[in-house]
Amino acid sequence: MRHVLAAGTNTDVIARETIFWILAVASVGAALAMILVRRAVHCAMMLAVVMLSLATMYAMQGAPFLAFVQIIVYTGAVLMLFLFVLMLIGISTADSIVETIKGQRLAAGLAAIGLLVILILGIGHAAIGPAAPQTAANGTNNLSEIARLIFTTYVFPFEVTGALLITAALGAMVLAHRERAAPKPTQRDLAARRLASGQLAPDPPPGVYALHDAADRPALLPDGTTSDLSVSPVLSQREVIEAPPAVRPQVETPAITAESGEREPAPSGQMGRADS
Amino acid sequence: MSPIHYVALSVILFVIGGVGVLVRRNAIVIFMCIELMLNACNLAFVAFATMHGNLDGQVIAFFVMVVAAAEVVVGLAILMAIYRARRSASVDDANLLKY
Repeated sequence: MRHVLAAGTNTDVIARETIFWILAVASVGAALAMILVRRAVHCAMMLAVVMLSLATMYAMQGAPFLAFVQIIVYTGAVLMLFLFVLMLIGISTADSIVETIKGQRLAAGLAAIGLLVILILGIGHAAIGPAAPQTAANGTNNLSEIARLIFTTYVFPFEVTGALLITAALGAMVLAHRERAAPKPTQRDLAARRLASGQLAPDPPPGVYALHDAADRPALLPDGTTSDLSVSPVLSQREVIEAPPAVRPQVETPAITAESGEREPAPSGQMGRADS
Repeated sequence: MSPIHYVALSVILFVIGGVGVLVRRNAIVIFMCIELMLNACNLAFVAFATMHGNLDGQVIAFFVMVVAAAEVVVGLAILMAIYRARRSASVDDANLLKY
């Protein structure tokens, strides 16, 4: 019935201390990186590091149920939700680095130091004793003990939580719902709009007549000019597009063969490995 | 490890999250920093549960996680609505109530 990491022998204590300090440094470093990195996606990755470190710490403290809930709910669901929304709205928005309020960062730093001092003083004055000896409730009985508490002592908060979750789901549906301002265009309307626009054919896909068959290369139109319509606006906002020559030059023809020559050995090497 | 170490770590993480809320301008990043603060609180709850040798702190941390999940859903939906209306996720652009 003893927990795996229960402090019994000296090596257990040393292992726990080692793991704690590694995770503490990793989580504080990741949290600092979270407020320093420019891109929101990197921020989410750093948050994942913090959350996984905390999950390991829960497991070390005899809370295996919370450790798995942390991984499944936080790292699995909440962080994925963040990434989904980030892909929807955050990628194409530029992160501004201008300080809109003068001296705001300095003030924020001072406030943080003040808060840190107050909290450290608080927990310094509080009588935080050593850990109580781990019982079966921290080990194999953890789940059933938590279930017993939730369904006896905390049953009313648990039911309120259910109401909160339903309200949150309804609220998200209402907020994400968009009322149609105009009636939905029919197929006839779409055809008329297309005739009126002057462009009958669909937008050119990227790379069709271009020198490279990649999504970030704008298509070369038959007259030799490039078409900005063919590249996703997200790519052009991230400035990964190299401007190709406006007219296909004749000297570029060997470059294509050279590049295809570079590409060819890869599949043949794969086949060779598959044969051997 | 003594619970005081975990509480100290949770204090540090909480303060870092607070700084992130104050200095970052992207609304989603601010939201992530709030999540960091909630996680730090959970760590303190679990540490106190370890100190007292009962599971009440773990149950409270569980409730915090549930409420945080509901909060994330509604908050991100609000962000989506704001982005749809204003084409921006920066907190500086939503300034119609500024006097």
